[in-house]
Amino acid sequence: MSEFEPKIIAFLCNWCTYAGADLAGTSRMQYPPNVRIIRLMCSGALDPVYVLKALLDGADAVFIGGCHPGDCHYQSGNYKARRRVAVLQNILAQMGFDPDRVWLRWISASEGKLFADTMTTMVEQIRAKGPNPLKELWGV
Amino acid sequence: MNTRAFLEVKDGDTLGALDGFLRNLLERDIIQTLLVPQQVPAGDNIIQTLVSDAAKLESADPIAPVLPVQSARLVSNITASGVQGKVGVVLKSCEWRALVELVKLKQARLDNVLTIGIDCLGTYEVKDFAALSRQGISPTCELLSQAQRGRLLPHEGFTFRTACQMCEYPVPAGTDVRIELIGWDVSKAIALEAPEAMIAALGLAVGTATAEREKVLRELIAERIATRDRLLGEFRAQVQDIPALLAQFSTCLRCHNCMVACPICYCKECIFRGATFAHASPQYFIWARRKGAIRMPTDTLLFHLGRLNHMVASCVGCGLCTSACPVGLPVGTVFRAVGQKVQALFEYVPGRSLDDLLPLATFREDELQELG
Repeated sequence: MSEFEPKIIAFLCNWCTYAGADLAGTSRMQYPPNVRIIRLMCSGALDPVYVLKALLDGADAVFIGGCHPGDCHYQSGNYKARRRVAVLQNILAQMGFDPDRVWLRWISASEGKLFADTMTTMVEQIRAKGPNPLKELWGV
Repeated sequence: MNTRAFLEVKDGDTLGALDGFLRNLLERDIIQTLLVPQQVPAGDNIIQTLVSDAAKLESADPIAPVLPVQSARLVSNITASGVQGKVGVVLKSCEWRALVELVKLKQARLDNVLTIGIDCLGTYEVKDFAALSRQGISPTCELLSQAQRGRLLPHEGFTFRTACQMCEYPVPAGTDVRIELIGWDVSKAIALEAPEAMIAALGLAVGTATAEREKVLRELIAERIATRDRLLGEFRAQVQDIPALLAQFSTCLRCHNCMVACPICYCKECIFRGATFAHASPQYFIWARRKGAIRMPTDTLLFHLGRLNHMVASCVGCGLCTSACPVGLPVGTVFRAVGQKVQALFEYVPGRSLDDLLPLATFREDELQELG
């Protein structure tokens, strides 16, 4: 079997992190191609059900990117996202699922380098963790 | 300002005295409508009724140890788009606490509502309550005789609902009127707390609290907390990973009954019942190929985990989800166990106060900074 390549689903807010990812791309910065990006209008618009759906269907990790605290295009969406992620991680941990497979980070539109670096780090760390154990579980 | 008063009980007819009080509220026009549990003509169930004519208050039994439906939902139905006149609602503690959550979720209103909370002596499953009633036993009378000592035991061979066995809130706190049973000799008098003006209008005898009730309640609550910690501990010991969680839900039919019974699950258009997870046919084949096999229908665990994420912060632990489950899954215990830790994250106690903000509707700028 070939070396394990993590599959990461990224939910990025339209105003900051998505633009940051775009900047990384237009600046020709290299980062691992393990990330599948889904654009949202705001990190606060993310229903944790979609994060769960990705994990239960075998994504190895989920990344959620939003504007820095204080910079949300909608004033407070990122703060609300943070509470939802706190609840989600708490529940996952209670169920014995590694909560570090869900990352929340703030990356602005000007931080293309930070986006590329964060993705590189995340892919390395998830690769070290190994595949999502739910991938083999047909019952979920 | 609330004052303590007493309702006189004649010939040991506690229910009669309570009925008289409720009837009085209607007859003196303090309220124009009353939501109150009454015995059905068949005699084997107690259901909520919305009464506008005091003459139809024939068999009110707000003490009955049965909870076929969460009244918080009913209060939402009758108040969400405006109350006509003033309506009184008689609620057990878990119903009041769920109502507090629904008000904060903007699904119910309390203006022009007189909330009447009553001590809960525990509840049976509907089928058990019916079985006892058909044997000619009055579950209400049985428990009323135990109220004073607070040793509330179910009829031999029966049990209370699991949620009630571990309920540490037998007394509703914060309702406009509070009717007390536990720790009192209810064959002689019923204690209540109500606004001063109402007590004067009804000409009730004013009284004082006793230390006896406090002591009895303390013991009862300590016992319930011990049961709660044991049951939740057992659950946590069993569920250490996702396969163990799957085992808990292995017989789930995904009928959504738990969601329908839940007072907090208020969404008119639930994500799990819409088209969101009605996937295109080829998608199932993709998943089946990817995993080798998939459980059908899909998204069963997603449903439970999703519901946990959506509403566990507001779960008051009424356990109606467990009662509604056709295969007897301990849904309520899962929600209480998970809820306890999630609620602790924000030091939130669902149903405690209308002033505590919903954890997922608010935030602090300086919190959770380790997350991102």
